[in-house]
Amino acid sequence: MRVSLTFKAYPSKLPSLPQLSTESAAAAKVTRLPDSTTSRTSLTLASSLESVNTVEKTTEEFAVRAGFDEDTVPNIVMAVREAAINAVFHGNAYDPAKRFTASFEANSDALVIRIADQGPGLDPTTLPDPLAPENILRGSGRGIFLIRAFMDEVHFRQLHPGTELTLIKHRAPAQPAA
Amino acid sequence: MSMKVATRQVDGVTILDLSGRITLGEGSVTLRDSVRDVLAKGSRKILLNLADVSYIDSSGVGELVSAFTSVKNAGGELKLLNLTKKVNDLLQITKLYTVFDIWDNEASAVSAF
Repeated sequence: MRVSLTFKAYPSKLPSLPQLSTESAAAAKVTRLPDSTTSRTSLTLASSLESVNTVEKTTEEFAVRAGFDEDTVPNIVMAVREAAINAVFHGNAYDPAKRFTASFEANSDALVIRIADQGPGLDPTTLPDPLAPENILRGSGRGIFLIRAFMDEVHFRQLHPGTELTLIKHRAPAQPAA
Repeated sequence: MSMKVATRQVDGVTILDLSGRITLGEGSVTLRDSVRDVLAKGSRKILLNLADVSYIDSSGVGELVSAFTSVKNAGGELKLLNLTKKVNDLLQITKLYTVFDIWDNEASAVSAF
């Protein structure tokens, strides 16, 4: 199934997003509020690596459009990609019957991204510290650590079943006038 | 999106020129297979040139660590060459910068084996 992401025609000077298409089973919904200060996008996706790439591309487009700078956007993209990988790989375990959702909101204060899976749930307090000497040479276990490193806030919520991660990147405070 | 690997020999050192993305799936698997392949052919001095690696995710970082331990367990040495700023930052954040022997000059890296 093809997926297209388009922003509704709206009296704004912002350029419209380029069309994004993928063969993955997904549904996209986009809402742009009339005050132009908040925009939202949400995706429901199959548990596949292709979906992870879709989320990554959408994140980049959304973050750029929201006005984040070229140094910050790659960090946001990496954090969201890691969250999507967790949802597909650890949460839904590539189960074709399970979907995950990615929702994006940009407002005047921050970019808020939520990734939710349908897996068995994740207790973040049980995750080993990847910086500990006994873990430093492990081949995995750095995803949540990198998400926390690159975002300003990370929140976990149990969905029964599933886990929702909320990733927040605040806008840099405006520079005071000279 | 995929990663490519070119292999060459310089003064007894096997240099793997990697380009693309080292991420979960194809990139990580390609790196694992490439390192396994040169180990099987007898190489024990392995230099990974990351100059053209545009992106590494946590899986790719894990694969670099696994490559490092695989080579070490085989009695060899694995070093890294030409990290981009983003990859450098990633290894700093994960404290792997102190684990790997990292170089920004190929001749110096080859001499260091």
